[in-house]
Amino acid sequence: MKIALTVNGECRETEAWGGESLLYVLRERLGLLGSKNACEQGECGSCSVLLDGVLVCACLVLGAQADGHVVTTVEGLADGDRLHRVQEAYVQAGAVQCGFCTPGLVVATVDLLESNPSPSDDEIREALSGNLCRCTGYAKIFDAVHRAAMS
Amino acid sequence: MDVVTPRTLDEALCLKAELPQARFLQGGTDVLVELNFDRSRPPALVNLNEVAELRGWSRENGALLLGAGLTYAEAMRGALADEMPALAEASRTVGSPQIRNRGTIGGNLGTASPAGDALPPLLAEGAVVLVASVRGERRIPLDAFLVGVKRNVLEPDEIIVSVRVEPSRAPQTFMKVGPRNAMVISVCSLALHADLARGELRAAFGSAAPTVRLVSAPLDARESFPDLVAGAASPIDDVRGTAAYRRHALRVLAGRALERCLA
Ligand SMILES: Cc1cc2nc3c(=O)[nH]c(=O)nc-3n(C[C@H](O)[C@H](O)[C@H](O)COP(=O)(O)OP(=O)(O)OC[C@H]3O[C@@H](n4cnc5c(N)ncnc54)[C@H](O)[C@@H]3O)c2cc1C
Ligand code: FES
Ligand code: FES
Repeated sequence: MKIALTVNGECRETEAWGGESLLYVLRERLGLLGSKNACEQGECGSCSVLLDGVLVCACLVLGAQADGHVVTTVEGLADGDRLHRVQEAYVQAGAVQCGFCTPGLVVATVDLLESNPSPSDDEIREALSGNLCRCTGYAKIFDAVHRAAMS
Repeated sequence: MDVVTPRTLDEALCLKAELPQARFLQGGTDVLVELNFDRSRPPALVNLNEVAELRGWSRENGALLLGAGLTYAEAMRGALADEMPALAEASRTVGSPQIRNRGTIGGNLGTASPAGDALPPLLAEGAVVLVASVRGERRIPLDAFLVGVKRNVLEPDEIIVSVRVEPSRAPQTFMKVGPRNAMVISVCSLALHADLARGELRAAFGSAAPTVRLVSAPLDARESFPDLVAGAASPIDDVRGTAAYRRHALRVLAGRALERCLA
């Protein structure tokens, strides 16, 4: 089947098999490798994207469900070579180690700051509870979110 | 695998009548896990995301109609959270923000897991499930809708349209036991409604019997109510906990919930 969606402001059309997830469509059909594939069951958040502005796990959305809709991935955040302030804050705070979780966390942080520009630690913990990081121990991620909120 | 995307409820009913083996797909938080791990391979999927009639909630003569496509994120906020506080609390415990943005009460009813967190608060409020097919409509009380572990009474051509509740506005709460706050399937759960107007205590518990179960007693039976709840459970031992632990935890939850609601 054919699906057409707007990804990071650009109209994209692709062939897809019916059972494919949006994550598969983004990575394998459209070559957008920013969103990571780890658990494919909604547990790790490394595939987090915005679908019509709503934070979702791309692995749990059927590609066909995104037909006619608007998707923002981590690739859509920077302005050319200028990083998004959330990306910049992750770099500055040292919140990136292996980096596998980072795209999902960055997208989830952008989503959080959109609705809550200066979140408390508890609010950050809640908002990022769907994103796992095996490396950082999360302390630097809290720093990054606070840094982004202040920038 | 074919995917069809109806734009109206009528269209969805016709498609399901033609393709009874097809699987409905709303938020996808249960179905996509099955597809990704090749645990099910239905011949077709009927994507309900574009059916406006299933979205949101509305009022109808003092009752609330919760659309099958109502998400947990929606149930957590605004006037609906004021009318159905235990459902809002239960919704807050589901998965993560990403899951709550997509997961729906219709999907929870479709999956019919004894661990479904929307189910205890709905059962304690006497919810009725409205289902439809090309043959007509049925109204099924929630306790009759759920018949076993991941089994409900839906016919292959039927769709869940909405859930009807008459909010009791009773002091109420929802509690869930799990190893951490986010992303847990409940070890056991409990919704308690202290219905002062009707002089009745109602508790519905999850993950401690093949279906979510309802227990009620007169308001003055408060002392014995935790034992009554624990006694009504028929839990099993599994990876998440033992039967004995579940029974004990339900007794404790019921006691705490009574304190919270009747303080
Ligand atoms: C990481 C993760 C965490 C989770 N945590 C929890 C949790 O804490 N508590 C909890 O209760 N659940 C949890 N779940 C399970 C899931 O999110 C819920 O069961 C949710 O309510 C499913 O809704 P959905 O719209 O995504 O369903 P879908 O996956 O779209 O559908 C689920 C089932 O319902 C059927 N269906 C959907 N809509 C209809 C309809 N209108 N008519 C008839 N049948 C229909 C489908 O065919 C399918 O069989 C979790 C899932 C994941 C992946
Ligand atoms: S890959 Fe989607 S949540 Fe883990
Ligand atoms: S930096 Fe390695 S998983 Fe988070």
